[in-house]
Amino acid sequence: MTSNTDDGEISYREAMREALREALASDDRVFVMGEDVADYGGTYAVTRSLHSEFGRERVRNTPLSESGFVGAGIGAALGGMLPIVEIMTVNFSLLALDQIVNTAATFRHMSGGQLSVPIVIRLATGAGRQLAAQHSHSLEGWYAHVPGLKVVAPATVADARWMLSAALADPDPVLLFEHTGLYATKGETGSGPVSLEGAAVRRPGADVTMIASAGMVPKALDAADQLELAGIDAEVIDLRSLRPLDRPTLAESVGRTHRAVVIDEGWRSVGYSAEVAASINEDCFYTLDAPVGRVATVEVPIPYPKHLEEAAIPQVADIVAATSAIVKGVAVDA
Amino acid sequence: MIDERVRPLADMIRIRVFEERCAELYGQSKIRGFLHLYIGEEAVAAGIIPQLDADDAILATYREHGHALLRGVQAGRIMAEMYGKAAGCSGGRGGSMHLFDAATRFYGGNAIVGGHLPLATGLALADKLSGRRGRVTACFFGEGAVAEGEFHEAMNLAALWELPVLFCCENNTYAMGTSLATSESQTDLALKASSYQMPAWAIDAMDVEATQRGAAKALATIRGGGGPVFLELRTYRFRAHSMFDPELYRGKDEVEEWKSRDPIEAYGRRLIAEGVITNDGIDELWQAAGDEVDEAVDYAESAAFEPVETLTRHVTGDVTDEVGGNGAVPSSGAVR
Repeated sequence: MTSNTDDGEISYREAMREALREALASDDRVFVMGEDVADYGGTYAVTRSLHSEFGRERVRNTPLSESGFVGAGIGAALGGMLPIVEIMTVNFSLLALDQIVNTAATFRHMSGGQLSVPIVIRLATGAGRQLAAQHSHSLEGWYAHVPGLKVVAPATVADARWMLSAALADPDPVLLFEHTGLYATKGETGSGPVSLEGAAVRRPGADVTMIASAGMVPKALDAADQLELAGIDAEVIDLRSLRPLDRPTLAESVGRTHRAVVIDEGWRSVGYSAEVAASINEDCFYTLDAPVGRVATVEVPIPYPKHLEEAAIPQVADIVAATSAIVKGVAVDA
Repeated sequence: MIDERVRPLADMIRIRVFEERCAELYGQSKIRGFLHLYIGEEAVAAGIIPQLDADDAILATYREHGHALLRGVQAGRIMAEMYGKAAGCSGGRGGSMHLFDAATRFYGGNAIVGGHLPLATGLALADKLSGRRGRVTACFFGEGAVAEGEFHEAMNLAALWELPVLFCCENNTYAMGTSLATSESQTDLALKASSYQMPAWAIDAMDVEATQRGAAKALATIRGGGGPVFLELRTYRFRAHSMFDPELYRGKDEVEEWKSRDPIEAYGRRLIAEGVITNDGIDELWQAAGDEVDEAVDYAESAAFEPVETLTRHVTGDVTDEVGGNGAVPSSGAVR
């Protein structure tokens, strides 16, 4: 059940569950499928109790067969259903990479536009829970490389509540990334529907544009609060969609602030932050007052010990340091 | 109306003639990329596909020209696809390996070995969840796919969820140049499949009538709600794996021995012996198939290429597109 608190705030997890409940209740073509989504309630408890409401046919446990059940989801989408497939973590999705990249992303094209694959794949992503190097990576940037896919990452409770229905309404495969560090965050659900695409300015500012997604958004907002105390007025943009990337919103912002820092939980080299930085360079080069900065994960598989994990992934202090260095014109190696 | 016993012969001849022409056209550089010929294996498609209903679904491999042809995709649209022309059955975007036709529920043309087996379970799951009883999804794949994890995942899901899938394993002995004996610890594929608790048996698929009988039995089981069935269709590819294959892995004697069991010649002899058809009657079938291919080639030759300006079409759709409408109900046949 949704536990609306008196102040109207619910958790990101509850918002996702409410979105799933609404989808299941409003369209017979929708079903949820994944490992332990029924009795267990999902690894991150997102689907808890939905099977008692909608039955085990529509909230369907699968064997540990990522390629099999993602492929089955794609097939069901071809057969007229609107499947929502949960993959426990993005790391495990690599077992289904063939289905996502070779099939879901290609069928519209290979069939000359006759077919579409309206599947939604939900994946947990991100580090911060001491789950080490096979449960903590942020690989959404890999998927954002692939034409034919849409890649979104709700960072707020409102987007967690409303992005799913937009993803289901989209005729193409949508990968919806849920950062595990966000599940317990609380916020207002706002009102839908929302657009699947388009970045959102989460905090207006004049001196520098901080660009983040998923679990990096709250960190960027915290960093902006600290920077404000130091007299720096930072704008924070939540990308929301990694593919397509909302370049106009970035260009408009950076055109005003003349400085940009990209914050990404993926690794730095050949990472998504490089794509964002390159786009800004292409769109805003002559208005930039400083090189585009990047704060990204250190080039190491995510380690288990808390202090090393924290050191590997971007922290508020790293974002503050990199951003103030850019604003002050000081070189920094973030 | 063609005689029921003659039809499989006519179907096999249509595939043979179509593909012999494809080989010629490849030599003339009209068809490019990979071209995988089905020659020698025609009894599989001819024994199974005509028994499927219009609202059944089919998935096949990159060796799928014959399957598409017998499913009712126009020869001209198939040939135009191989030419890369916009009038092709996949708009020219797929080529030989990616023939698609939503109107006949023909879901490719899949060139990742084993990759389409999970799709077949999903199409069948959609039918089950939607209460569309009696529908079957027929999935054709080579024996090489049996070594892939996706084969096992799909078999397990189909059996676990009792889905109406007909798994058609076209065992032509070689995965490219790797023989079954050198790649599988268990070469009895029906035995392997039966470990998933589904009916599974082997069929001499050089014999089109044996294939028909096996398929009929399997389809009756599936349509009756008996869950999936696995058929191992023992066949042989007379031609090279693709046009790039120098065939270093098998001897000429072996190929000649299998050719002596040519499914078209064998079935033709049987029909003549039983007085169902005459030699002249068979000649007419070859002539008709030749005429069909001539027309197909003319169609492909005269068709236009897609302009480069529309290169980025068919990557994503509009959000205003109808979502989830794929083949749920076979459409009028118009390619959207």
